Amino acid sequence: MTGVAGLAIRTEDLRKTYKSSRGDVPAVRGIDLSVGSGEFFGLLGPNGAGKSTTIGMLTTLVLPTGGRAWVAGLDVVADPVGVKRRIGVVTQNNTLDMQLTVAENLEFRSRFFGLGLREASRRASQLLEVFGLADRRKAMSTDLSGGQAKRLLIARALVHRPDVLFLDEPTAGLDPQTRVNLWDILRVLHAEGQTILLTTHYMEEAEALCEQIAVIDHGEVLAAGTVNELKEGAGAETVITVRYEDPVPDDMTERAGLADRPGVSKVEADGDYVRVFTREPEGVLGELVTAGSAAGLTVRDATQLKPSLETVFLTLTGREYRE
Amino acid sequence: MTTTTTRGVWGDGSPQERGVPGGRPPGPTQSEVAALIAEAPVPRPTLVKTFNAMMAREFRVLRRNAIATFTRAVMQPLLFVFVFAYVFPKIGGGFMLGGGGAAAAGAAAAGGVNFATILVPGLMASMLLMQGIMAVTFPLVMEFSWQRTIEDRALAPVPIRVLAIQKIVAGAVQSFIGAVIVFPIVLLVHAAGQAPHVHVTNWALFALILVFASLLTSSLGLLLGTIMDPRKMQMLFAVVLLPATMLGCVYYPWAALHNIRWLQIAILVNPMVYMSEGLRAVLTPVLPHMPMWAVMLALVGGTVVFGYLGTRTFTKRVLN
Repeated sequence: MTGVAGLAIRTEDLRKTYKSSRGDVPAVRGIDLSVGSGEFFGLLGPNGAGKSTTIGMLTTLVLPTGGRAWVAGLDVVADPVGVKRRIGVVTQNNTLDMQLTVAENLEFRSRFFGLGLREASRRASQLLEVFGLADRRKAMSTDLSGGQAKRLLIARALVHRPDVLFLDEPTAGLDPQTRVNLWDILRVLHAEGQTILLTTHYMEEAEALCEQIAVIDHGEVLAAGTVNELKEGAGAETVITVRYEDPVPDDMTERAGLADRPGVSKVEADGDYVRVFTREPEGVLGELVTAGSAAGLTVRDATQLKPSLETVFLTLTGREYRE
Repeated sequence: MTTTTTRGVWGDGSPQERGVPGGRPPGPTQSEVAALIAEAPVPRPTLVKTFNAMMAREFRVLRRNAIATFTRAVMQPLLFVFVFAYVFPKIGGGFMLGGGGAAAAGAAAAGGVNFATILVPGLMASMLLMQGIMAVTFPLVMEFSWQRTIEDRALAPVPIRVLAIQKIVAGAVQSFIGAVIVFPIVLLVHAAGQAPHVHVTNWALFALILVFASLLTSSLGLLLGTIMDPRKMQMLFAVVLLPATMLGCVYYPWAALHNIRWLQIAILVNPMVYMSEGLRAVLTPVLPHMPMWAVMLALVGGTVVFGYLGTRTFTKRVLN
């Protein structure tokens, strides 16, 4: 990938700091992203990680305070109108036009993008059919259920065949069935060549859909790559956590020789728990129980996480994933 | 072939959906979704097309809410002229309290014309302000709060300031329509022998003043809508609408204030004054009124200043 040309999205040290009465609040602290044309890219991170601010900057509605960003080869600050012409955006909140019906929401959006009346109405019908809203076309958009509204928002973002489709937490708050159906649609759109950037705080969503993932927290990219690359990196380890009834003595893990076991990369002991990161999880749990009883501790609970995006996150941040 | 009845796949809880035994029913077919992309129209947006589409959207909404908008436009002036131009004259000259007193005082100050004559331009001006604010400020505050539905149109392929200008134009159209609806009411509702002395000699000037007054109120509406804290909306009446109207030469001509010189000078900051006086000049030239150059200067200047400030704060609110 060279330069801006072949990329759907590119950012260089992109930053956003909000000014508030209590001083500066950095929301995004220097993010570098490269999203190839046709890619399904996921920004994964907990709530408040800076995902929406990043999407806001890429979609021209949030002005960066540092760095640069290009979408479809156009600078988001220098040519916001050109960018808006080439993107479809589904924001997290319900931004449907409350004064319009379901069909009108699509028709007027089409007309904002220069389609004629007839073309706009045909496009609206097509989208309503695919998104299962055909029988609600005359309903006011305020009368839709949460899932229906989300579908209409996605349909609306597609009226003009955007170069890049931005989806900010598209399935947050949806029932599992609707979510899986949306996934199906997104997969087909992607298969047809649609570039998609999706933010999500659901690990399984990123894992199920995205080819490339950037894990983001506190406004920074912690790691980026394919799901497998991420797992083979820091997070290819199983994370075993054992919690005891009482605080763990300082020397307990040392005495048990946990760190010397083959495959173990890190042992954390803090308060009432011990956490082991290892490539060879066999027998570790048992050892932790034994070490505990040797130190006079009873086990309260134990978890063993297989390598997944969750363990990647845990390894990168040292914190459990907060949704 | 997929039909709508088999497509109960969206978790809407429709009967056919709850009846699906086991497993997940299929979503839309792959070819349908693929067609969305393959058959997508090529957008050719231009500034003018987008602007017109946004205006078309306003008219669609206006038409949908026609009855509410009409009622809103008609009730206040109708009740006003009914009480002041019909009830009070009927009650009789001996009734000198409250509004009757004011009416009599206004009439005396104006040199013997009836109160209805004073009211016609005043009520039209007050209607312009009310409509301008109702049409721009209220929806704007809604669009900026909670779900930020403003983002819908902010993503249309035009600069944000064009969106602001579109809101001013759309608001002005509503304001203008409001004033036109009011005109026959204030003209026709009165007690026998109490008809206002309205005499329009220059219809073009009348229309021009209405247009600029409409633009002024909607520019002001835009500014207010972008600086108002949505939680303090009720302040709008106390701090803006009420003082602007009461001290806006609606119920008395500006010249009649010469007895209270400080007030006469102080209210010159109120844009409402120029709207009332401008309409007075074209509708009821028998009454004393401000010179036309002062009126036009204030209306055009006010539109430019409020429009500029409103567009700036609007852009700042949209882009954060």
